[in-house]
Amino acid sequence: MNAKIESKPGAVKNRTTVERTSDREVTVTRTINGPARIVFEAFTRAELLKRWWVPKSLGMKLLSCDVDARVGGKYRLEFDVGGPEPVAFFGTYVEVKPYSRLAWTNEEGGEGGPVTTVTFEEQAGKTLVVLRERHPSKEALDAAGTGAADAMLETFDQLDELLVELGESSGR
Amino acid sequence: MVQYLPSQLDASFAALSDATRRGVLEQLGRADASITDLAEKFHMTLTGMKKHVGVLEQAGLVTTKKIGRVRTCQLGPRRLEDETAWLERYRRHWDERFDELEKVVEELKRKEKRNERKNRK
Repeated sequence: MNAKIESKPGAVKNRTTVERTSDREVTVTRTINGPARIVFEAFTRAELLKRWWVPKSLGMKLLSCDVDARVGGKYRLEFDVGGPEPVAFFGTYVEVKPYSRLAWTNEEGGEGGPVTTVTFEEQAGKTLVVLRERHPSKEALDAAGTGAADAMLETFDQLDELLVELGESSGR
Repeated sequence: MVQYLPSQLDASFAALSDATRRGVLEQLGRADASITDLAEKFHMTLTGMKKHVGVLEQAGLVTTKKIGRVRTCQLGPRRLEDETAWLERYRRHWDERFDELEKVVEELKRKEKRNERKNRK
């Protein structure tokens, strides 16, 4: 009964929270066990980014990952999603403040796409990551879901449900 | 990719952006209540509570009906499942990403420590 969703607290696992902070913006927060310097690097160096950016459950194969994390620099990630053509996500870095702030545009949907801003706040060796995805309009956010990833996750949700059903019907 | 009408979803999110209104929904989840009951529970004026209920009503989350002189509120036909499913999908996506990020960060930390030790020697 809440517009804010949190993962279940675990003994070691940090929680990820997602909140729709306005009609145009979604905010994701997560604490990472490590200094901001390292977390920032993992966001801005291609060889590190490609190791964590693509959730395994999406079943999308990352073909290439290019990152030029300087103001005005570009990024481009290409995926094999099983279709004839790779799908590309790309955009431009608009803010790059080492270890504290990062912002980039998402241009794959044409002009006026969402802008992603990430802040890194270090405290006692841990880093609070706050990521805001700001859409040009509320309609855009409603329609966006989680972008291309959304449909894939939906498929997996359905698979999950199917497995539960099968489990139940087999009298588990 | 979201199947329902954006404007509906929007009204729901606006309705849910307020702590009192979320509390009212929780309350109505347990039992129907009159606006007077709700106003008392949330230490509010009748007018203030009427406004909140109005917002929830517009979003389809609450319905009200007048019986005699008392207006009773109950949960409406629209439920929160749509909204929470949307956010939950989004959250899971990021949760998975950040779990992987933790692994990368952990490895880099270990590497740094190893290097520090080497440098000290």
